[in-house]
Amino acid sequence: MAGSDRATEAPTAPAPPAAAPEAVKILIAGGFGVGKTTMVGSVSEIAPLRTEEPLTAAGLDVDDLAGIEEKRATTVALDFGRIGIGRELVLYLFGTPGQQRFWFMWNDLAIGALGAVVLIDVRRPESSFAAIDFFERRGIPFVVGVNGFHGRHPYPAEEIREALALPEHVQVLLCDARERASCRDVLIALIDQLIDAAAGAAAS
Amino acid sequence: MTGGDAGGRLVRPFTLTGGRTRPSRADFTLITTVAAIDPQPTRAARPQPEHLRILRLCAEPLAVAEVAARLDLPVSVVVILLCDLLEAGRITARPPRPVSRATPDLDLLQKVRDGLGRL
Repeated sequence: MAGSDRATEAPTAPAPPAAAPEAVKILIAGGFGVGKTTMVGSVSEIAPLRTEEPLTAAGLDVDDLAGIEEKRATTVALDFGRIGIGRELVLYLFGTPGQQRFWFMWNDLAIGALGAVVLIDVRRPESSFAAIDFFERRGIPFVVGVNGFHGRHPYPAEEIREALALPEHVQVLLCDARERASCRDVLIALIDQLIDAAAGAAAS
Repeated sequence: MTGGDAGGRLVRPFTLTGGRTRPSRADFTLITTVAAIDPQPTRAARPQPEHLRILRLCAEPLAVAEVAARLDLPVSVVVILLCDLLEAGRITARPPRPVSRATPDLDLLQKVRDGLGRL
């Protein structure tokens, strides 16, 4: 039986170091100051992190750094958080830069994203119109989260859906970006929407 | 953060990369997971201080964006340093799960949903 002993020993080759989890991401989008970073912070298991990217390096070809100090003010900040899903999966939430001039970054951010939450400030919904257009045009699935001011919601979700002329399959949820459970429910609604679409695609 | 650092904030990070502004490989994303290889290869060239900081950080697997945020360095700089470490055989890099709109991964979506449900 020596042969079978050897066979059972064979698979005990050095195990790979603590297997790295796979990562997925969801974008939290919307106009400037609608509560994106607040939402990221509410559901993230870590305090939201920030990276600052010099646009001269990110957006342009820079072979020569001479004179680059004159452009130092041009950085774009990216806030993000994470949610561990078991040991093999990590969900990252990226707040997209709100200012219109940073929108070229959204294309990069959108690659490989499961989908997006477009947050709307109920007092100035128009600041998130462009975000809705962005995801609609690219066929990236999204839900709309209506962030009430101090948690108050003067309009029902259906009224907001009509005002935004959203198609039926895009969910509109009233939420409070400061509340963990509320933000979680918005994310779950997005995933449910993705699951429904996937099941529909598989059935057809 | 560093108010008296006028002009220096941008230049300094790229001195860490020897003036390079582009990575040697293009396959690092914000959510590529990097992890230091343990034990470290002994024959590789001695790592620079910034490389060592990254290696210490990713003793546990960490996303590229997280490495950048924790080192307070731009992602573009960190990616160049990570390329060095990958080529020296000091880290592993796991790309994110590919997302296909045409054929969505139901199993993955269900896992994410279950995880969110536990929050």
